[in-house]
Amino acid sequence: MTVTVNPVAARSTGRVVGSVRASLLVVEGLWMWYRRNWRATVFSSVVTPILFLLSLGLGLGTQIRAGAVPGGSTYIAFLAPALLVSAAVQNAAMDSTYPILSAFKWQKTFWGIVSTPVTPGQILGGRFLWLAARLLFSGVAFMVVAAFFGGVQGPSVIVSLLVSVLAGLAFAAPIVAFAATIENEGQQFNLLFRFVVMPMTLFAGTFFPVSQLPVFVQPLAWITPLWHGTELSRGAAFGTLEVLPALGHLAYLLVWVVVGLVLARKYFRVRLTV
Amino acid sequence: MKRFGDFTAVDGIDVEVRPGEAFGFLGPNGAGKSSTMRMIACVSPRSGGELSVLGDDPDVNGPRVRARLGVVPQQDNLDTELTVRENLFVYGRYFGLSKRHVREKAEELLDFAQLTDRADHQVEPLSGGMKRRLTIARSLVNDPELLLLDEPTTGLDPQARHLLWDRLFRLKQQGVTLIVTTHYMDEAEQLCDRLVVMDGGKIAAEGSPAELIAKYSTREVLELRFAPGQQHAALPSVQGLADRIEELPDRLLLYTADGEAALAAAHQRGVMPVASLVRRSSLEDVFLRLTGRTLVD
Repeated sequence: MTVTVNPVAARSTGRVVGSVRASLLVVEGLWMWYRRNWRATVFSSVVTPILFLLSLGLGLGTQIRAGAVPGGSTYIAFLAPALLVSAAVQNAAMDSTYPILSAFKWQKTFWGIVSTPVTPGQILGGRFLWLAARLLFSGVAFMVVAAFFGGVQGPSVIVSLLVSVLAGLAFAAPIVAFAATIENEGQQFNLLFRFVVMPMTLFAGTFFPVSQLPVFVQPLAWITPLWHGTELSRGAAFGTLEVLPALGHLAYLLVWVVVGLVLARKYFRVRLTV
Repeated sequence: MKRFGDFTAVDGIDVEVRPGEAFGFLGPNGAGKSSTMRMIACVSPRSGGELSVLGDDPDVNGPRVRARLGVVPQQDNLDTELTVRENLFVYGRYFGLSKRHVREKAEELLDFAQLTDRADHQVEPLSGGMKRRLTIARSLVNDPELLLLDEPTTGLDPQARHLLWDRLFRLKQQGVTLIVTTHYMDEAEQLCDRLVVMDGGKIAAEGSPAELIAKYSTREVLELRFAPGQQHAALPSVQGLADRIEELPDRLLLYTADGEAALAAAHQRGVMPVASLVRRSSLEDVFLRLTGRTLVD
């Protein structure tokens, strides 16, 4: 088979941009949507975690004796750095399921983008930069409110914020990879939220230390990125982090990010260049 | 060549598209048109054979070729939550164009697509024809040297189709090379300088619409319509009245240079169709001749 297509019209104005630039252009496209539609997402991503913090931290916290919580702090101070991570992971999961599937399946916007010089890998890069930026923004908003109610210990909150973004990305990367393989209506996501995200939120160390769980359940908490993020974030807030465990948690989260991204990149390419 | 597992979607097609021409792939659904288009659009690696687009190999320099292409996919993939103008803007940026350039270009394209008064409306509620025009406008944001249109007017009403054809004519006049796939013969006749008829992943014939009709059909066609099933009984009576006769479920097609004469002769032989029609041959007839099937089932 030989196919030759040789037009000689005026030279096109289009050109190829570098990978980083291309990913930033994807972010620019998402920002264009967000700046008019942010109200639609701000409730679940920012307001809900704050309501949890106030209800549990301030409300339930009055029923928890000071000193009973590890580190001897108030409950809201114990809760805030962990709820930060928990919210990031939940937001990351929401952003990585239906929105990704939709761009493949319903709106098909990814197909539009790969008709331009932008590649599937660059689309993925842009989505991840965007997710990181959103998690950071939501996290900052959350911590500002938390600080107002005594939930922030000091400048180490910056570490907690970065950790929350990392934990969110660690959870999101494999989900994005999974979403890229889904051909049906995405019913699997409901199972993911019901049987992974929800139990993880409740039992992976956000509201009480994992050590309070029955011994045989604890390993389930240890495999979640949320628990590792929580350990790091809370440890940074209370200055109780030790070097080796901290490196271990970081390494674990990074493995999730890297493996997830490698898979996602593969599935993006497979799906978009068939 | 394009294979999906054991299925060979495109097999052994051999074409050369010349600068400035409008080239068509005509064929029924499943003929391999879209697979061919996706390979030319540099988003689908071929399983074998050679492909050169704008002098480049898509498998090696995909992004560089795509920078110079405009693509109108079969299904619109606009961002329906953005406005009309934002769609043009965001898309143009992917081609490395400056904000200022895209902003000016968007105005020009809005005018071209007759969407200026909808510029700041969201895409979602627009009509199918408007979305299609926006998709075409979007494909022009980088001033492509080659425009690929996959079934550009499928699903549109006649008025919307004519408006689209008019826009495509203007592009052709500006020297943009067009490659069109369609399963509508009237669209192929309207738009294409030259086309290939595809069937089962292969090319059945190649030429201009007029050449193909002259080569594979007669000047006129006499259509004799019957109640479904009755056409077969009438078949023996019309034998010999035309160069060639095709039998469809509800009618007989008599290929002849003079349709009126054939009709008179049929009446003389006592053939009583429900209705009769003498018309010029079209690409539909060419397709029927080449494949034994009709285009739109």
